[in-house]
Amino acid sequence: MTAASLAAERAARDSYGRLLAWLAARGRDIAAAEDALADAFAAALATWPRDGVPDKPEAWLLTAARRRLLDGHRRRATATAAEPTLRHTALLAEEADAEAIPDHRLALLLACAAPEVERAAQAPLMLQVVLGLDAARIASAFLLSPTAMGQRLVRAKRRIAASGARFALPGREVVAARLPAVLDAIYAAYAAGAQDPADGGALAGEALWLARIAAALAPEEAEAAGLAALLLHLEARRPAARDAAGRYVPLSAQDMGAWDTAMQAEAEAWLRRAFALGAPGRFQWEAAVQSVHAARRVTGRTEWREILLLYDALMAATGSPVVAVNRAVALAEVEGAAAGLAALREAAADGRLAGYQPFWAAMAALAGGEEAAAARQRAAGLATDPAVRDFLLRLTPS
Amino acid sequence: MQVMLLIHADENAWPLMPPAARDAAMAAYGAYTAALREAGALVNSNRLLPTAAAHTVRIVDGAPQVLDGPYAETREQLGGYYLIDVPDMATALAWAARCPGAGHGVVEARPVMA
Repeated sequence: MTAASLAAERAARDSYGRLLAWLAARGRDIAAAEDALADAFAAALATWPRDGVPDKPEAWLLTAARRRLLDGHRRRATATAAEPTLRHTALLAEEADAEAIPDHRLALLLACAAPEVERAAQAPLMLQVVLGLDAARIASAFLLSPTAMGQRLVRAKRRIAASGARFALPGREVVAARLPAVLDAIYAAYAAGAQDPADGGALAGEALWLARIAAALAPEEAEAAGLAALLLHLEARRPAARDAAGRYVPLSAQDMGAWDTAMQAEAEAWLRRAFALGAPGRFQWEAAVQSVHAARRVTGRTEWREILLLYDALMAATGSPVVAVNRAVALAEVEGAAAGLAALREAAADGRLAGYQPFWAAMAALAGGEEAAAARQRAAGLATDPAVRDFLLRLTPS
Repeated sequence: MQVMLLIHADENAWPLMPPAARDAAMAAYGAYTAALREAGALVNSNRLLPTAAAHTVRIVDGAPQVLDGPYAETREQLGGYYLIDVPDMATALAWAARCPGAGHGVVEARPVMA
């Protein structure tokens, strides 16, 4: 994809979310807004090549979508004579100024992560309604069939509609209370996208886009900026995790010249903004860990002591077994393999790690002899990415 | 629930692979099988001989008709299977994605009728 067409796609994506959020805010129904917007895009496809692209494409799309939505409301209003629906219709008609579309995407993100939406549906729902991705494209990354994903998304939208959620611009307290769920879902979307080899990880880039939107729309929330910084750091290094032959390259062996320095600079800027807000949290600490790794390009060495301190903070705050594994690896770098191995064995008391591939990869790196070989075998067997599997098996002496 | 993971792949590719690649593929399946067993999810699994060894049997006008070869001549053939026991379909699909067969062919996940 060329830079120009990528920019065009991004711009389209950006206006999709804005238009949808605005339409949903007026009409209170995500599915109806999606249908109206889809009709508007179809109309644009049919008329723009013939009549030329209008001066204000967004305004044109909005007008077309609003007309569809009004038609839909009128039909329903006639059928049910429902008073609240008529009131929404009146509201829709009032907002005639299509020039200045207020950005309601934060409200849309919050609605996607509302308690009534089942957890597994939250991340895919955001990718669909805020970025306009279709269910089929999202499904594989979450290991679901397109049909199952479609049904899950429809169900989620129905629940939101039934809850009577409003998409008005939320107050600061509402944002503070509900943003953590939004950030968790964006992180889950990134993790799913980055793991999806079929898509070349393109979905990870979309999740990063969501993180940027959340950080920009909630400028007072340090963790939103922290998440943007974290994902930018991870995304900056992702291409370097493969060599020219497509083989997996671990972080310690990566060609630092292949890291995306522009993304890393943007990550640092978000991280500074986050720290300046004085409200530390999980995503900021994780971003700081990645920031230390990124600094190796300048200093030539990794400050494992700093990383260990950050994981100590993360461990104290989350108690997560995943953090415990990462902390054990950092501890091994600072105090030696024996200390790291002891910490890893302690972490293994949490049974959830038995099926966690990185735990076995860490065990393979820190243990010795037959135990290491068995762990490497286990890590290879649990790997989804063939490149990672081959990397681990190459290390196993046969 | 029990789910069959049916591995469909191009069986002609195997004999053409260099020995090192074949060893690597065997090691990958070995690691996958071990991981399934360690997780307590493996019921059983088998690799099948190539379709050249297959025969089909059907009753035509009341009499058996036996033919050489597989049921359908397609580029990708059933080459082996894993029968696994998992809590739900999502877990089955996660195991299907880890199967080396998903990399060099296609893994079909079919629940066993309860």
